[in-house]
Amino acid sequence: MSDEPIKKVSIIVSKGSLEGVYPGLIMANGARMEGIEANLFFTFFGLHAVVKKKMDSLKVATVGNPALCVPDAMGFPMPTILGAIPGMSAFATMMMKKEMDKLDIPPVGEFVEMISDAGAKMYACKATVDMFHLSEDDFCPQMDGVLTVGDFYEMSAGSQIIFT
Amino acid sequence: MPTKEIAGTSIDVNEEGFLTDRSQWNKEVATAIASDEGIEMTDAHWKVIEFIEADFAEKQAVPGMRRINKVGGIPTKELYSLFPGGPIKKAARIAGFPKPASCV
Repeated sequence: MSDEPIKKVSIIVSKGSLEGVYPGLIMANGARMEGIEANLFFTFFGLHAVVKKKMDSLKVATVGNPALCVPDAMGFPMPTILGAIPGMSAFATMMMKKEMDKLDIPPVGEFVEMISDAGAKMYACKATVDMFHLSEDDFCPQMDGVLTVGDFYEMSAGSQIIFT
Repeated sequence: MPTKEIAGTSIDVNEEGFLTDRSQWNKEVATAIASDEGIEMTDAHWKVIEFIEADFAEKQAVPGMRRINKVGGIPTKELYSLFPGGPIKKAARIAGFPKPASCV
């Protein structure tokens, strides 16, 4: 193992829930803040983070999430069946957004803009774009292009690849 | 505690070059630290340093990227071009404050 500092990262965002999208965005922003080159690759539902109509209405997944607790993250485990109650996801999302705002973590749309301004590049996965029948107009203006997996690997030469 | 000869005086710094005693900070020290980083201070740079100073006085923390943008009125792109390769860390070091403790 060498102690070479990391110079370049490629971060794959594959999930479309709020808690699925933020880790990748925070890591990309953090990379740029350390002077590390960063490329983001959005695939499957992770693509919602850069789709104009979807990016600011992402939700916390409350179904199938045994980690959820009430009233807050360190509270009592919430029976998983309650996650399916209508409005639960909206409520958990509101709570999480409130906490993130306190830490000055921006909403997804603003965060994507900030990360792009920071010099990170954003790409959409071609297979997903085709599967979801998306066109350029569907994406936020920060989107740098649509890539095949092959293009992505090529662009990632010399990168650490992080899958989220 | 290591010390470093900056702008002709001996300054207390930690192992990452952040000042440990802000009372030793002045504009000459800032200019010298910046020049070590390859940055020549201009009015635009001072505006960032002054905002960090004012915000630190209020919040006791180095402001994050969003706060520098929204409250300080300095666009993110500009911040990256003024302090290339790690803007907040560099600006905090030049401003004589501790290493930023926030992830965003």
